[in-house]
Amino acid sequence: MNVADKLLVMVAALLIFAVIIGLVLFVVALLEKRGARSVGWFFVGPTVLLLVVGLAYPAVRTVVRSLYNAAGTAFIGISNYTTIFTSGDMLVVLRNTVLWVVIAPFVATAVGLLYALVVDGARGEAAAKSLIFLPMAISFVGAGIIWKFMYEYKYFDPTLANNPRQIGLLNQVLVWLGLPPQQFLLNQPWNNMFLIMVMIWIQAGFAMTILSAAIKAIPLETTEAARLDGVNAVQLFRFITVPSIRPTLVVVLTTIAIGCLKVFDIVRTMTGGLYGTSVVANEFYTQSFTAGNQGLGAALAVILFVLVIPIIVYNIRQLRRAEAR
Amino acid sequence: MTVIGQPLDISGVQPAPGAGGSGGSGGSPRREPVAAAARRRLSRPWATLTAIVLAALWTLPTFGLLVTSFRDSQAINTSGWWTALTGPFTLDNYRQVLDTSNTQSLAPFVVNSLVITVPSVVLPVFLATLAAYAFAWMRFRGRDILFVAVFALQVVPIQVTLIPLLQLFVGLKVAGSFWAVWLAHTAFGLPLAVFLLHNFMREIPGDIIEAARVDGAGHVTIFFRLMLPMLKPALAAFGIYQFLWVWNDLLVALTFAGSSNSVAPMTVALYNMTGTRGSQWYLLSAGAFVSILVPMVVFLSLQKYFVRGLLAGSIKG
Repeated sequence: MNVADKLLVMVAALLIFAVIIGLVLFVVALLEKRGARSVGWFFVGPTVLLLVVGLAYPAVRTVVRSLYNAAGTAFIGISNYTTIFTSGDMLVVLRNTVLWVVIAPFVATAVGLLYALVVDGARGEAAAKSLIFLPMAISFVGAGIIWKFMYEYKYFDPTLANNPRQIGLLNQVLVWLGLPPQQFLLNQPWNNMFLIMVMIWIQAGFAMTILSAAIKAIPLETTEAARLDGVNAVQLFRFITVPSIRPTLVVVLTTIAIGCLKVFDIVRTMTGGLYGTSVVANEFYTQSFTAGNQGLGAALAVILFVLVIPIIVYNIRQLRRAEAR
Repeated sequence: MTVIGQPLDISGVQPAPGAGGSGGSGGSPRREPVAAAARRRLSRPWATLTAIVLAALWTLPTFGLLVTSFRDSQAINTSGWWTALTGPFTLDNYRQVLDTSNTQSLAPFVVNSLVITVPSVVLPVFLATLAAYAFAWMRFRGRDILFVAVFALQVVPIQVTLIPLLQLFVGLKVAGSFWAVWLAHTAFGLPLAVFLLHNFMREIPGDIIEAARVDGAGHVTIFFRLMLPMLKPALAAFGIYQFLWVWNDLLVALTFAGSSNSVAPMTVALYNMTGTRGSQWYLLSAGAFVSILVPMVVFLSLQKYFVRGLLAGSIKG
């Protein structure tokens, strides 16, 4: 297909969509003229149809599929799940996912909060924030490439006098410090940390933006009163700022945690899940599409689903409590 | 205060670039938060230093690859980008990745990204606005249960749906076509879109709709004449959100578009490049920046709306 054909298909799709919606709304308008009361279903119909076909039905199918073998020909009960929780490789996958979900949200939130505080009210605040925020516009794949270049390693032999020059900044820093360069993405288990760093880099801007809005929403009278009481900066942060933005902190932490649970692109682009860096979402893809074990893949997807739920429930409960106050 | 469900007024938080704040001339007396004032007296130098260090750390990785993308392919592999900040620079790498006569050209993938993204944003935004309107302002049987169900579907990770959906598309003979990608992105985007737009819609005073109803306006008229114009900021907010999500997506594209250059987007092309040409940084760096450019422009020009959307819907990752 050449460019013109592709654009034509796109325009055709948009036109078909417009015609379908136009027809539905035309029918609704006619019905309303005749005095029909409940036309709501016409408005939600297309959405409900797409959600049932695109989300609800496939989700149920996947749950069922997770109880079948690799080819989907025989029912094997919970074997896929026992495999995930007993086999050595899979336990590494679970451990890595835990590392992601525990480390990235806290570090990204801490950095975001720190940055929001230090630029608050400073000259050029908006520009300073844009710098941190910009990675959010970059795809995980793009971010993976950017950081892979940071971690780039050139062969190094300490016994040789003239080694090839390092082209990755981090290894050059090590050389400047008189340390041997490292294969950051190969050395287990630390390579996981260097992948998580990419997520922190992306999410700190998100945390910073939302926390900054929350900090600015703290009433002036509160901080004024505290200041008159002779509270210093650290106390102000500890006893005024943090309690005031606590609900927002929970939202930020849980949102990033959910993002970490589902992280796929970063791992896929940077290591492909090799060298002990796979996570549940990546292993799901590997098992389903390259290893040909759809039963195990389905079970991994279900585990992902199950792990997301408590985080969201916690999030909602915290918000309810905050609203009730 | 809450972040979810109650769009905050953040007009003062992130002015669009050029709208002030970045210049530093600061002619107007700025309301200075007391917290900041207190901190300034105590620890301004440290705060400034921290800000500069963090900003530098956060900018360097992107900057390094940007410099690299303008360097000669030989030079990239023999010396660090920090040694070449003053040049020599070349556009050869960009010529290579954009030249359509070149077999490794990324140009077809750029077109694909565009063709994938436009309907994948327009469809869910419009469908969700219709649904959100009905959930917010119409009475019909099963409305509340249905709304809770849509809300709950936000928790479903797309991984859970991929394989059965792919089988469905194979059955319909649309797997590996734009249609599959559009439908998948539309379905996946809907729960959050309905939820967000519903919240925005509830902010509109009910009197306005009641008055229009009394005047004999039907729901279709109210939707087009009243709702759409009033919802422009919300539509923009979710539109940008969905745009960035679709343009930057890898998983949905890998699953439903395959990797041929007839349908696959930039992200898939770049991902394949990291596998097959992992050390060819002259191609990877230029390719990465070609893919980053579009979202970056959209993002910088519409930052205000994006931040608003973020603040209103930060429940979803």
